[in-house]
Amino acid sequence: MGMKFALGVVLGLALAAIVGVKVLGLQYVFGVVIPYAALGTFLIGFIYRIIDWARSPVPFRIPTTAGQQYTSLTWIKPSKFDSPYTKLGVVGRMALEILLFRSLFRNTKMQLREGGKLTYHWEKWLWLAALAFHYSFLIIFLRHFRFFADPVPGIIQWLENADTFFEMGLPGILLSDFVLVVAATYLFIRRVVIPQVKYVSLPADYFVLFLILAIAITGMLMRYIWRVDIVSIKQLTMGLVTFHPTVPKGISVLFFVHLFLVSILFAYFPFSKLVHMGGIFLSPTRNLPNNSRMVLHVNPWDYPVKVHTYEEYEEEFREKMVEAGLPVEKPLEGMEEDKAE
Amino acid sequence: MKIYDAKPILIGLLIFVGFVSMPFWLHGGKVSPPPDPKLDTPAIQILEKKECVASKEYMRTSHMVILNDWRTQAVRNSKRFYVTAGGANYPASLQRACMKCHSNKAQFCDTCHNYIGLAPYCWDCHLPPKQETAQATK
Repeated sequence: MGMKFALGVVLGLALAAIVGVKVLGLQYVFGVVIPYAALGTFLIGFIYRIIDWARSPVPFRIPTTAGQQYTSLTWIKPSKFDSPYTKLGVVGRMALEILLFRSLFRNTKMQLREGGKLTYHWEKWLWLAALAFHYSFLIIFLRHFRFFADPVPGIIQWLENADTFFEMGLPGILLSDFVLVVAATYLFIRRVVIPQVKYVSLPADYFVLFLILAIAITGMLMRYIWRVDIVSIKQLTMGLVTFHPTVPKGISVLFFVHLFLVSILFAYFPFSKLVHMGGIFLSPTRNLPNNSRMVLHVNPWDYPVKVHTYEEYEEEFREKMVEAGLPVEKPLEGMEEDKAE
Repeated sequence: MKIYDAKPILIGLLIFVGFVSMPFWLHGGKVSPPPDPKLDTPAIQILEKKECVASKEYMRTSHMVILNDWRTQAVRNSKRFYVTAGGANYPASLQRACMKCHSNKAQFCDTCHNYIGLAPYCWDCHLPPKQETAQATK
């Protein structure tokens, strides 16, 4: 159900771009207005999310430890990355996490065998697919810089040459394109085939996968099958980045679909799970040194609390308490006089 | 409200935003002129019917496909001629067909290729034609 809905939304968005450009002739809207709006939403939303997280206090150390902490006993070996207690250790841990997805590498498959026996299995495919997916996405993202810089920096050309290493066909097959599609397809199939993963999958999970796949497929169609005039396209993109937007004639509708889906991805980014790009840096279970035993951590929200003691309380309500027949520690002054009489 | 660990977070955020917005500040709003490939070589000017092996639209997007096909046909099947849709017969060769008319590589091929940051490997083996003056002295 969630899957069909997500697929419907992605196809509907693609169709909206086709109708908008082909039927309504809204080239300027899809080529200029929406990309600007999407980038603005992305930047503002991203900054907002990060600042929002940065304003949440993390008073105490809550790193997930997966190894022995620093110890004064020399014969116990501390685990520097799995239970870091220095800044350097944390930097190492974060670098391994961000660049190599180390915690995903620890992934195991749990299975209940006959006789109630629990077994753990080697499972690296998710890690491998995730790594392939993210790195090919990064390469593709960087390669697109050639549409946004004039002259194109040498490093982008070098990246493209490395990507077309096998020199298959013309325009040459870009390895990252195919790695991305294969890896994203694996991530999708995994989501559907494993019952537990399917059970926890929401439309939002399928939506980003389908959206990224649709972006990749439209991009590949533009390169390998229904080739488009990339010189006019660069004219459009350069117009955007130099704030002199133009929409040259004769750009294929496929490009507008691609651009619209990318705009959707950018605009949707801060509102979705995709902000893990920034969030990974702010994960308190990863980025805090495990030094609770060496450093005193004071709760930042410890401020003088307004209290109302029982004495003050009784002072305020003594008359009413006596009237209701409740016991009081200090009797009412008038009552003492009554008794004396 | 207070931002915790403001220094590293804000520096990181600044780097990220700077990186994402790089195309904008890199050009400083300066218009970059689109390429203008020149078609005014002497060989083209003396042509009666100025037409290429395929339509202009097709050549703009897919000339590399034709070149790749020509190469495959010539190397694998010894087919060294190409008949266009209009019935004209051309040698299937970059140097003996394309560059005969488009002898101005620097003003024709390179304008677009440089604009989009491409360095096609044609010229790893093929030689661009020498410009007219050089040819005359030969």
